[in-house]
Amino acid sequence: MPLKKTQPPSDDKRWKLINAAMRRHGYHRSALIEVLHAVQDAFGFLEDEALEYVADNLTLPPSMVYGVATFYHFFTLKPKGEHACVICTGTACYIKGAGDIIDEIQDKFGVGPGETSQDGKFSLLTARCVGACSLAPAVVYDGEVAGHQTPEDVIKTIQEWFGNDT
Amino acid sequence: MVAHLNRKRRDPVRTRRKVKTLKINGLDVSGTDEQTILEVARENDISIPTLCTLEGLSNIGACRICLVEVEGARRLLPACATLIDEGMVVKTKTPRVVEYRRKLVELLFAEKNHYCAVCVSNGHCELQQLAEDLGVDHIRYPYVYPELNVDATHAELGVDHNRCVLCQRCVRVCDELEGAHTWDMMDRGENTRVVTDMHQNWGESKTCTECGKCVQVCPTGALFKKGSAVGELEKETEFLPYLKVMREEQ
Amino acid sequence: MIPDELNEMAEEHSQKQNSFAHRIHVCAAAGCRSSGGEKVASAFEDEIKERGQTEKIAVKRTGCMGLCAEGPMVIVYPDETIYGKVSPADVAEIIDSLDGSPVERLSLDSEMPFFSEQTQVVLENAGRTEPESLEDYIVAEGYSGLITAITEMTPDEVVNEMTKSGLRGRGGGGFPTGLKWSTVAKADGDKKYVVCNADEGDPGAFMDRSVLESDPHRIIEGMAIAAYAVGADHGYVYLRAEYPLAIERLKKAIRQAKRAGFLGTEICDTQFDFSIEIRLGAGAFVCGEETALMASIEGRRGQPRPRPPYPANYGLWGFPTLINNVETLGNVPTILRKGGEWFASIGTDDSKGTKVFALAGRIVNTGLVEVPMGITLREIIFDIGGGIPGGGNFKALQTGGPSGGCIPAQYLDMPVDYGSLAKVGSIMGSGGMIVMDDSSCMVDVAKYFMDFCRTESCGKCIPCRAGTPQMHKILTKITNGEATHRDLDILKDLCDLVENTSLCGLGQTSANPVKSTLKYFEEEYIAHIEQGECPAGVCKFKRTGEVINGCSS
Ligand SMILES: Cc1cc2nc3c(=O)[nH]c(=O)nc-3n(C[C@H](O)[C@H](O)[C@H](O)COP(=O)(O)O)c2cc1C
Ligand code: SF4
Ligand code: FES
Ligand code: FES
Repeated sequence: MPLKKTQPPSDDKRWKLINAAMRRHGYHRSALIEVLHAVQDAFGFLEDEALEYVADNLTLPPSMVYGVATFYHFFTLKPKGEHACVICTGTACYIKGAGDIIDEIQDKFGVGPGETSQDGKFSLLTARCVGACSLAPAVVYDGEVAGHQTPEDVIKTIQEWFGNDT
Repeated sequence: MVAHLNRKRRDPVRTRRKVKTLKINGLDVSGTDEQTILEVARENDISIPTLCTLEGLSNIGACRICLVEVEGARRLLPACATLIDEGMVVKTKTPRVVEYRRKLVELLFAEKNHYCAVCVSNGHCELQQLAEDLGVDHIRYPYVYPELNVDATHAELGVDHNRCVLCQRCVRVCDELEGAHTWDMMDRGENTRVVTDMHQNWGESKTCTECGKCVQVCPTGALFKKGSAVGELEKETEFLPYLKVMREEQ
Repeated sequence: MIPDELNEMAEEHSQKQNSFAHRIHVCAAAGCRSSGGEKVASAFEDEIKERGQTEKIAVKRTGCMGLCAEGPMVIVYPDETIYGKVSPADVAEIIDSLDGSPVERLSLDSEMPFFSEQTQVVLENAGRTEPESLEDYIVAEGYSGLITAITEMTPDEVVNEMTKSGLRGRGGGGFPTGLKWSTVAKADGDKKYVVCNADEGDPGAFMDRSVLESDPHRIIEGMAIAAYAVGADHGYVYLRAEYPLAIERLKKAIRQAKRAGFLGTEICDTQFDFSIEIRLGAGAFVCGEETALMASIEGRRGQPRPRPPYPANYGLWGFPTLINNVETLGNVPTILRKGGEWFASIGTDDSKGTKVFALAGRIVNTGLVEVPMGITLREIIFDIGGGIPGGGNFKALQTGGPSGGCIPAQYLDMPVDYGSLAKVGSIMGSGGMIVMDDSSCMVDVAKYFMDFCRTESCGKCIPCRAGTPQMHKILTKITNGEATHRDLDILKDLCDLVENTSLCGLGQTSANPVKSTLKYFEEEYIAHIEQGECPAGVCKFKRTGEVINGCSS
């Protein structure tokens, strides 16, 4: 374990959370994924400087940290939009028309899966089953799961995020 | 909570060296229980085609080229990563495994652009040799050929992702022998690539010691010395087992 | 905590419960939550407070009651009146009815097969206890299995009890649990680990999530018993990050168990020490595979490695490691309490006990059911599941997710057990059952799963990394009406190659959805290829072969 920890990249309070997560795991290398979760919870995505900071403190090679961050699809290296709309594309939701919902959003807003609208208002994401299969098709709006969604429902919610001016 | 982590990784369970006898392609052979099927086969001049394995590096069983039939096993087993056992009956050349090897090599050729005529390793490439040995004369699968980049930012060395077969030899040699761990793998599935540091240009890598071992172990022309012309790059890997022993003795 | 204290606590808590004339259980699991369960629960609380009846009526937020399609669900005890689709507006009416007869228009028949044909072991507490209450779990005889094990039995005896029960792994492979435990118990290592696999990656499966959300203490108890049996003192739960509620409840339960002395050192005044940590997954299906899972717990890329060596001998950080699925561990406390023989008396010769299935797709009663092994598919789908909505025709049942297959109507009377499912080209898998009717195109379904495998492939071995995209491409060609018979031949050939040469289970089983649809629905493939038409009307092609909608990749 290195004695001197590198300083956080900025005096942003959120680094305290990251430090706490690393301390909780004794700065052990195996904590990498847990710490990346903490970074994403705090900052919304994994910035390069955050990855470097974590690599330094856990004494991990940078390529290993980058390799882990890109292997797991839950992590994102790009900032997400203000709102997130996650369409479940698990089997149950697919059978019940999740594909149509995605097509409709793409048609209407020009935002595809994994993309963020130009003004940064919302990101369209997909998930492999959110565990609400009995309510298929399921959509998660900013963390809230909604069941039995139609393309119209989704468009409506997104329009509300835009303040109805689309 | 973390105290239990402060111990060293345990080595694979290896009992005291015991001699085991087995049959490979009908021939009675023997080795110790620390040896793999591949090692024992090679000692007895039985050749098994391989790609990802390299003497001196750990075995990861990734490429599946060395798959052999073992009587009583439910599946084909990688010779490079399977320890021998008493009474094993191994077959290394059945039509079934030969056919599978050929198809795996074809999949590699279809996956990326391995256009040999313009490659620095032409004539000295392990993939090319493998294809020749296995009698690959056409590719039955449609070509994917994604356009991948070539990183030539390093003063002397370069990487052409189009020719990478993802054997992870560079990753292992850099970690296990050089101790730099400049290389790792990024992303996953068909998008998997080898990566230096934080996906920076190789030339800007902070960890690279410029030792050039990765170039030497790369089976194709993916990692190259700059300034090599087509067909000019020959690689040396014999130094590895020696290096490994030296490191272990330190 | 010692046995006497436990009894005392149970006694006190159940007396308190029984002092209420009525107990209103509102489902607070993820399914009913997303249909508004929380609003219903607080509406009940407000209304009861307003009427000043807080001494008389209790409101409880419980785990999943199973019938998610009818959510939000409410069950009123002691009468066991079941209500479905309850909204906050119905609350006053239900309270009014408490001393009279039930509210007709909302009530569900408790004699309906959905409830009456189930046999609940793992789900015995779901919907009955409050997941966040340790006391509730203890009243339901929780932790008595653990106490019996560590105070009255030797580790060997515990392993023997598991062997006697005939329990097989519920994570997909069906490996005999007793045998796995005894291997780890015998393995030498000065440190051992127990891991609960809660990655639940099969899309369409949500029983592990439900068990964790509804009865988290059950998993803690199961792990502790397993740890005692194999000689481990530390455990990990590898839980998907996509299940925030399960994470929250399990964390809370671990804290409660620690405080009550069911986790920690010298548990129940014995020599047994055990602690549990949660590790979150991060969106990689392959991490359900045990060697990838261990790599992930160690903080690395989730790439599998060749087995042997098996985790039982060479697991986390090289030490012997027992890996069991959530549902497998969920059976353990009950087996210890009621005995292995009791468990073995349920089910069939080859598959003992019960299995939880997640019903989804074109079926009336979507939700969770737990049934004895050996029941027929028809009973599950048509009796318990209520059949196909809107009078559609049953076409196929998908089990086992991306590693499983599609079972056609001719096998509806087949018993559900490990062997029978394998015989028809599918697998038990983790228990997701997705019903499809005429509106599903089987080629499209196969393409869907291949797309799944392609994006979830870890990229380490050639056949899976390079083979699944090739198969996906051919399937896309077929659904676009651009394929030839030669493409179909290459597809079949690739199935064989990828299945037999891949490193891990993901690649090895990735061809199953294609193989099973080819076996039972080949004419649909042919129709796409020869007539350029999709019998189910899902894939729509223009004459030029260009796709209008539905089938673009
Ligand atoms: C690709 C792949 C994904 C898997 N996903 C899961 C999973 O999500 N949950 C699970 O319990 N087992 C999963 N398994 C099975 C596990 O590897 C392992 O067999 C199981 O956890 C053992 O527990 P059991 O004996 O209690 O079933 C998966 C296997 C493979 C090959
Ligand atoms: S079969 Fe697929 S997931 Fe498994 S090791 Fe090979 S590439 Fe990775
Ligand atoms: S398939 Fe969408 S929630 Fe499970
Ligand atoms: S040489 Fe054995 S798997 Fe690659």
